[in-house]
This record gives sequence, structure tokens and C-alpha cells, in this order.
Amino acid sequence: MLSYTLKRIFQLIPVLLGMTFIVSMLIRAIPGNPAQVILGQQATAEAVQALTEKLGLDKPWYIQYIDYLKGILTGDLGESFRTHAPVVEEIWPYLAATVELAVFAMIIAIFIGINAGIVSAWFQNSWFDYIAMVLALVGVSMPIFWLGLLGQWGFALELNWLPTTGRESVRDPVNAITNFYIIDTIIQGEWGQLKEVIRHLILPGLSLATIPMAIIARMTRSSMLEVMRSDYIRTAKAKGQKMFFVIYKHALKNAFIPVLTIIGLQLGLLLGGAILTETIFAWPGIGRYIYDAIGFRDYPVIQSGILVVAFIFVMINLIVDLLYSFIDPRIKYD
Amino acid sequence: MANPARNIDELETTDPKQTRGPWREAWYEFKKNKIAVVGFCIVLFFILLAIFAPWIAKEGINAQETADRLLPPSAEYWLGTDDFGRDILSRIIYGARISLWVGFSAVIGSVIVGSILGIIAGYYGRWVDTIISRFFDIMLAFPSILLAIAIVAVLGPSLQNALIAIAIINVPNFGRLIRSKVLSIKEDEYITAAKGIGMRDIRILFSHILPNSMAPVIVQGTLAIATAILEAAALGFLGLGAQPPSPEWGKMLADSKDYLQSAPWTMIFPGLAIMLTVLGFNLMGDGLRDAMDPKMKS
Amino acid sequence: MKLKNTKSLLGMLLLFVALMLAACSGGDDDNASTDANDSDGGDDVSSDEDSTGGILVFARGGDSTSLDPSRTTEGETFKVTKNIYESIVTFEEGGTEIVPKLAHDWEISEDSLTYTFFLEEGVTFHDGTDFNADAVVKNFERWAAGDADTFPYYNSMFGGFEGDEGHVIESVKAEDDYTVVFKLKRPQAPFLKNLAMDMFSIASPTAIEKYGDDDFERNPVGTGPFKFVEWKPNDSITIERYDDYWVDGLPKMDKVVFRSIPDNSARLNALLAGEVDLADGINPSDAAAIQDNADLQLIERPSMNVGYLGLTVTREPFDNKLVRQAMNHAIDKQSIIDTFFAGYATPAVNPMPPSIEGYNDEIEGYEYDPEKAKELLEEAGYGDGFEMELWAMPVPRPYMPDGQKVAELMQKDLADVGITAEIVSHEWATYLDLASKGEADAFLLGWTGDNGDPDNFLYVLLDEDNIGSNNYTYYKNDKMHDLFIEAQTVTDQSKRNELYKEAQVIINEEAPWVPLAHSTPLLGAVEGLSGLVPHPTGSDLLSNVEVDRE
Repeated sequence: MLSYTLKRIFQLIPVLLGMTFIVSMLIRAIPGNPAQVILGQQATAEAVQALTEKLGLDKPWYIQYIDYLKGILTGDLGESFRTHAPVVEEIWPYLAATVELAVFAMIIAIFIGINAGIVSAWFQNSWFDYIAMVLALVGVSMPIFWLGLLGQWGFALELNWLPTTGRESVRDPVNAITNFYIIDTIIQGEWGQLKEVIRHLILPGLSLATIPMAIIARMTRSSMLEVMRSDYIRTAKAKGQKMFFVIYKHALKNAFIPVLTIIGLQLGLLLGGAILTETIFAWPGIGRYIYDAIGFRDYPVIQSGILVVAFIFVMINLIVDLLYSFIDPRIKYD
Repeated sequence: MANPARNIDELETTDPKQTRGPWREAWYEFKKNKIAVVGFCIVLFFILLAIFAPWIAKEGINAQETADRLLPPSAEYWLGTDDFGRDILSRIIYGARISLWVGFSAVIGSVIVGSILGIIAGYYGRWVDTIISRFFDIMLAFPSILLAIAIVAVLGPSLQNALIAIAIINVPNFGRLIRSKVLSIKEDEYITAAKGIGMRDIRILFSHILPNSMAPVIVQGTLAIATAILEAAALGFLGLGAQPPSPEWGKMLADSKDYLQSAPWTMIFPGLAIMLTVLGFNLMGDGLRDAMDPKMKS
Repeated sequence: MKLKNTKSLLGMLLLFVALMLAACSGGDDDNASTDANDSDGGDDVSSDEDSTGGILVFARGGDSTSLDPSRTTEGETFKVTKNIYESIVTFEEGGTEIVPKLAHDWEISEDSLTYTFFLEEGVTFHDGTDFNADAVVKNFERWAAGDADTFPYYNSMFGGFEGDEGHVIESVKAEDDYTVVFKLKRPQAPFLKNLAMDMFSIASPTAIEKYGDDDFERNPVGTGPFKFVEWKPNDSITIERYDDYWVDGLPKMDKVVFRSIPDNSARLNALLAGEVDLADGINPSDAAAIQDNADLQLIERPSMNVGYLGLTVTREPFDNKLVRQAMNHAIDKQSIIDTFFAGYATPAVNPMPPSIEGYNDEIEGYEYDPEKAKELLEEAGYGDGFEMELWAMPVPRPYMPDGQKVAELMQKDLADVGITAEIVSHEWATYLDLASKGEADAFLLGWTGDNGDPDNFLYVLLDEDNIGSNNYTYYKNDKMHDLFIEAQTVTDQSKRNELYKEAQVIINEEAPWVPLAHSTPLLGAVEGLSGLVPHPTGSDLLSNVEVDRE
């Protein structure tokens, strides 16, 4: 187990290294001199030239790349061209905002998905089953930015139940400690703020949750159907335990594998792929941070931002793989 | 943005022997699956819309009638008009052409490139395999929408470049699939036999390996079209895809944001069109998987 | 272990559902809430109790890049720093006349080379440092010792840095505690206007020393009505009342929160939902919705901008003057303004807005006349029309709320005279980069004035010195260049105006642009908001603003 873990971690190094290389090539292929972009329309030619040299952009690309790698090895993710702040410091609030949203979405997805799946299987071929499964199919096919717009229109504008944009009530801002606002408000005992933070999470969270929710529901249902056919349930039944409770318990246990799979695949996608949701809901997350950085040609931010997201993604997948064997001893790795 | 259904399929490996030959049986199986048939009908519906668009839609989908701006659905404009006074229904009909074109061609592109890379990796193995597989790993570690955005930023925003970007980000999915098929087929007796009687690599590839990989590629491909349509819409929404006045659905959605409250129909219908098309392909893909690979039925 | 896992998962999920339910139900009973901490999420503006002071939430399109105004050229920064810092002199409310600020009076020598400023006494920076002549000197010394990439505006407004030949400022000296003397190497006509720009606001020398250049960008200290509190990147910047502000009774609000909501429609939605009190960058198409809403008011910003279609004169067929004139006749400005500016604009004739001194109102411009355009094309040898690329801006700007849609309308106008235009868009930075290299046939762009001087429009946008930067059309005219250079040093205003009027005649005849519109940028606010006088430069002083929320 340990050697397997180490081997996997070792394998990640060339992947991440290769990725930084591709990114650095790619961003330099985008037309537009960062110095010009940063200085803006007003800049004179000399100013642009001076800044180009100062940022080291006149050096050959491979020198720039090696310099960047050297920085990373010493834990330095570079300094934003635009704001002059170290990326390592700057990135955290953005990352926390997205992680909070993604985790929130995932919890909704897991909770509703598992329960819908179990109930569907339990009442197989009932109207509930049909509706739930049709909804799940629709959910998988949902353009989530459209769903976000629908939600904003319906629940925020027409009904006025939920806020349209942002993370918190700006009239009563959260005092950021960890930058996970739910945690921050709880440790400070700011219950009013906590409520606001959750209200702001609901619409973007539900949009992002749709796809994983639908997948989890479908996977849970099929694994549940298998459970119901197994000897094991028959035995439990023979022992006279209450059926639904038994099945619920076993189904939950069985649902762990699909849920883990989804977490592994989707959490990573949510981290980098929430750009559209972040745009619609003005969520100050990492997706927009990187997207804006592409617009500003802020090379250090793009490179390090993508690296951080990819790193989290591969780590989640690694952990998920390891958890498989933990939860289901039948899965073995050499 | 990636279609998760696709990712799950990867986990469920298919058995090649089951998919050999009996296409007819697969079709029969498919027909029995009502939901899949519904999906097929939806897809067919949009394909017909796309083909017959010039006859169904009103003339001059780009003609601007600024006097008729943002009219709600009515007898004259079934789905209302947009901010140029153009008929939304007609634009959606023409939009079907764009979305289907992007979906099909992007996926065909990724299948071709993915197959070549996958076959090379699987068939030759060793260091070639290591390099290609590692490359796939790198691609898959990218947040795919960001990668697509970066590619479009390099190439410049247009429908064609969005299509290329989508094709590129989907390559590793097919590459990996083909590679694993090749690996499992390679060890089969008849391939060993073919090699034994001196068949050339190329012939082995074309006469044995490729046909054997068809079924999973078709299944995956159908699901990938759904994803590609979503991705194209997402890029269009960000202004990185089709350019005006092209009636691309994602772009139509982006334009509708300004009229969310005053003219919600400009937002509702293009989104619905995207959702239905994607749903059609997903349902069909599910059905195909069940039909071509009965073992995987849940 | 497994069972435990299951249970804890279940427990977590239950807790979560409870929280969700609590949150959802919170939506409508805010008024009944008695919890002191429970601020209203903003569903309902009227439920906010405070009537004086309180918090103003200002939504805008982007985050600031820096809170040191001298280090950036980007407008979102100045919207905030305008309220934290003050300059020696400033623009009047809602206009560009020069009025006193940190200097209550000044004298200019006969030869226009010596400016003596008499500073306000009793002004302090937010960190307690006294404001005096020494502070002014230190700020200018800091800038003069800098370089073009650190202080880009200083470079372009004062002609370079210490030791550079073009540097206008000879010296800045403190004559006594509250008197500063600027000596110039040569007269500079817009010198006072330059000093009034937000970029040359005076910062606390002690704070700069304490934080260093880079950290000071995130820890601003000025003399303004508000002091800096917090910056949540890409989300919000909070400033609060400076209790020792030197003007009595100001500012009126306790706190101002600048929220960045990049999407125009999302910003409007936040305003409609009552989550913000004031929003800029309102789409002209949404103006009616705001006016119809009894809880909201529409505020118009005086126009000091121009939106135009640039024709790259080095590219065929726009190297032909007749073709350029034909383009001017072919485009129906009024219909563009009616459709996508919702009427909140005036058709442009010259490259600068009429509100600026030196505007030539004798020029009539090109009327919309497709027949005339066809004739001109015929004469130029393009009777069968031609194909061209029409570049559309991918981002909304006050001078061009929706470049893509304006381009679509133009496409139709051009088709009417036989020109086939293909709309091309690039990501914004690429767009500017390629256009500045002269790679666009015709491109939409615009400009918002920095200081209300004609030089800031005509010279910057159309002179040969600025080819490769802001003169995207590559238009070059020696006679016009001489006029501009002369006007930069002439300090007699009427003489200057004559020079600029002459230049406008040349521009009109040569037609390197199709000037489209001078738009009126729009803001939306809650009904109870008063005291806001929007400034044409786009950065607003909020010290007089108050919100009455009965």
C-alpha cells in the first residue's frame, strides 16, 4: 500500500512538470505583450519596452521557463505582473471561494443524489422512479450556465428569495480568517452572517450540483438494485429486521464507491470548470481568477493558477484511488 | 463542463468479444430500449431541423427588424424576437446546424487523432506507450474548459477554432480507450496467429484491431458529441466561439443575459434547445451502450 | 469503521439540510428578525434601518489593480482612490474646470514657468502624518525618480522622468511649510489639468516608506474623506469615514463598499434586487427598466468620450480617402444610437466631444447617405464594393456598450452600399495588440478623456507620434502634427482653440475615422440616494453622497 502510494506520487511529477511546460508554451503563443496590456492604452512605447525588460519577457522562452521552474522548486509561484503581489498569497482567497462552492455543491449532490437513487430503487418502476430518473437524465444534459441564468431569473429576480450575486451580504461583510466563509462565520459566532453566506451559496451551488447529483442518483440506484437482489439482504430479511432500514444502510455503504468516483472526477472539474457559474454569479473564484489572468496576459498567475488547480485535481484522484481499497478490500493494488 | 457520463463509462471496461459482429442484434436491442429510442428521435428531430432549415425557418434570419425588438412569443413569432427583432425560432433552427456540425466534427477529429495515438501506444508499447500515455495524463489533469479557453486565445475566437479546441481537449479520452482496446486485443489468439502467418502490422490494425474497437468508440463518441455541444455553447457564451451574426445557441444565451427580466424568452429557448439536443445524444449513447454491450446493462 | 463512516456521513448531511432549510426560510422574514447581527441580505431595501450614515454599496465592472493611483492607468482603480487620496488641485464637480483642493490658492508666473501653490493647513493623512509642502515634494521626487513602467501616467503627462530631455518639471521645492513651488523647463499648457488628475494624488510619505512601493499598493494612505479598510480581491474593497477629515461634516456615509460584478447584466440584477445602492456601467438598454422602477433612479454621467470606427489608412482600400469618406456616408449613426445606446448618446462629428474647449462646431460632418457613399465608391474605383474585416470590441466600454451588436448593425449598413464586412473579434488584449500593429481593416474603439483637454483626444488618438500606441489608424499628417505641437506649448487659450479647430477640419476632410457617438454613461441608484454628481472622467467623489432609506 505504502509503496503503491509512493509510486503514484512519483508518477505525478512528470505529469505536473509536463503541464507547466505546455502551459508556458501555450500562453506565450497568445498574441499580446503583457507589458502593453498592463500599462494599458495610455502607455508610451518606451514604457512598454522598459517593462518588458523588467519582467524578463525579452529573454528566450526556455530561460523564462527555467527561471519559473526554479521558483516553483523553492515554493515561489511568482509575482503577479498586474498587481505585483506574490501569487502564493493572492491565490488563496480565490481558491477558498471556489473550494467552498464546490464542496457545498458536492454535498447537495451527494445528499439528494444518494437518497433519490435509493428511493428510486426501492420503489422501482413507480412514478417516483420514473420522474427521478428522467430528471437525472435531464440533469446530466444540463448546460449549467443556462440553469444558473434560470435560477437567477426565477429565484432572485422574480421571486426575490435569494441574492443574485456574490458570496456575502456586503452590508455586513464577513471577517475573513480562513476565507471559507461558512467556517469563518461559525468560529466567530456570526449566525446572521452564516445565514447570508448560505443564502448566497444556494443558487450557484445548486447549478454546479446538478450534474454530479444526477450521476450519483443513477449510480446509486443501480448499485442499490444489485444489493436488493443479493443473498445478504435476504438473510437480513430472514432475521426480521426492518427492511427499509437494512437496505438503506447497505445501500449507503455501497453508494460510497460511486460517490467517491464522482467526487474524484467532478470536484476537480468543478474547481477549474466553474468559470461560467462564477461569471454569472460574480463569484470571486479561482476559475475567473485564471480566466481574467489570461485576459491580462498575467503569465505567473496563469501558470501557477493552472498548476495549483491541476495539483489539487490529481491529488484528489490519488486519494480517491487509495480510498477505494480502504473501503472495499476486494480492490487491490500491487 | 465535461460530460460526466463519459467519465463513468471509462470505468466500466467493455469486453470486445461481445461486440463482435452482431450489429443487427445490437439494433434490435436498441429498439427495445424505449428511452434510447426517444433519444434517437430527439437527435433525428434536430438533424432534420438542421437539414431542412432553409425550408422551415423564416427567410433572412439575420435580417434586422428593429421595430420588432424583444417581442414576446406570439402567433407571428412563436418563440419571440431578440434584441435585433430577429425571429428566435428561426435562429434556433439554424443554430441546430452549427451545434450539430461542431458536435460531430469535433468528435470525429478527436476520434481520429485519439485512435492514431492510442493504436501507436497500445501496439508498440514500451517507451512510445509511456510517452503517449503520460501525454494523455497531462491533458487530463488540465481543467478542460481552461485549456479550451487558452487554445482559443492562441488561435483567435471563431467557430472553427472553438471546434479545434474542443477536439483537442477530447483526444485523450479516445486515445486511452483505443489504447486499452488494442492492449486487450493484442493478446488474443487470432492476432498472435495473424502475426505468426506473417501479416503486416498495418493489415492487422485495419482488419482486426480497428473493427474490434468500433463499438466502444461509437458509444463513447455519441456521448462525446453531447459534451462537445455543451462545450461549444460554453465557449460561445464566453464570446470565444461563433461570431455574430451567427445564431449559435451559446452566443444567443450570452446575448440574452441583458434581458433576463424584460425578455426571459430570449434566454429560455436557446438553453432549452441545447439541453434537448444534449439529452438526445446522452439517451442514445446510453441505449447504444446497453445494446452493443449487454454485459454492462445495469 | 464502515458503519461509523456511514453514520457520520448521514449526520453531516442532516446538519446540512437543516442549514439549507434555515437559510431558505430566511428569505422573507428579515423584518421580523431581532438578532442584532442579522443584517438584511438586501432582498428588501426598505428594511435597512439606518437613515444617516450607514453603508453605501457601489457595484462596478471590475476590481482595482492597485490602490496607488500613480502606478496604474486603469480606470477602476481611480474610482476607489479618488475617495482615499486628494490632489493639489482638482476638477470641479461634474466638469473639468480647475478648482482648489489641497492647495487653496496658486500663482502662475508671467512666463508660465513657475507655479506657486499655497496649501491647506491642518490636513492630516490617515496614518496621522501631517500634510505639508514637504509631503508634496516627496511625492513628486518619488515619481520623478521612477521609470516608465512604475509610473506610466507621470511619464506620459510630464514627458518622462528626471534626467530625460522631455521632462517638463525642472524642480519642486518647499518654500515654507505650506508653500510649494514648481519650476518648469518650458510652458506646458495643460499643466494644471495634469496636476488635477487622480494619478497625481498626494500619498503619505511615511506610509510609502513603511510599506515600500509594492505593498503600498495594498495599503493606501491619503488625506481623502475615506480611509482604507479591506480589500477582498475580485470581490470588494471597503473604505470607511476618516474622522479627522479636514472638511467639516464630510463624508456623509460611514462606509463605502465597492463591489466588482464584471457582468453588466448581473450588476443590474444586483441593483434590481436591492443588494447594491449604486451601480455604474448600466446598459443603455436597461435604462427604461430602471426608470420604470419606483425604487430606483437613473443618473447620467456627463459625456467626455467618443466611440468610433477606425479605418487603418495603411490598408487597402482604406488608403483611399474617397473610400473612407464613403464609409462615413454609409453608416447610419442615428440608428446605432437609437438601438444600442437607447438614445443615450449624441452622434459624433469630430473626434472629441462638444463639451471640450476647442471643439469645432462649424464642421457639419457626413450625413447618412447610402447613395452618396455608392457614388464615392464608384469614383474611387470600388463600384462593385469590396470585402473587408470589421473588428468588433469583445468588451463593453462606456463609449461602446456592445461592440458586437454595433458591428452587426454596421454590417447591414455596409451591405446596403455593396461592402461585404465580416465581423471579427479577438480577445481584448489581442484586439488592442493587433489593432495597434495596424492589422485590422476597420475596428471599433473609443476613448474616455482623462483631463478634459483637446490634446488628450486629438494628439493622443490621431497624431503620428502615437502610431503604434493610441493612433491605431496609422493616419499621418505633417500639417496637423505641427498644429498639435504648437498647441502644446501655447498657453493662450483662444489661440490654442484656433489651432485645434484647424486640426479638426483636416481630420474631417481626411476621414481616418467614422466618429460614431459621444455616449452618456449611465448609473443606476436606489431612490433615496442623493449628493452624487457624476464626473465625466468616470471616477466619482462620494463624500457628499447620502442614502435615505426610510
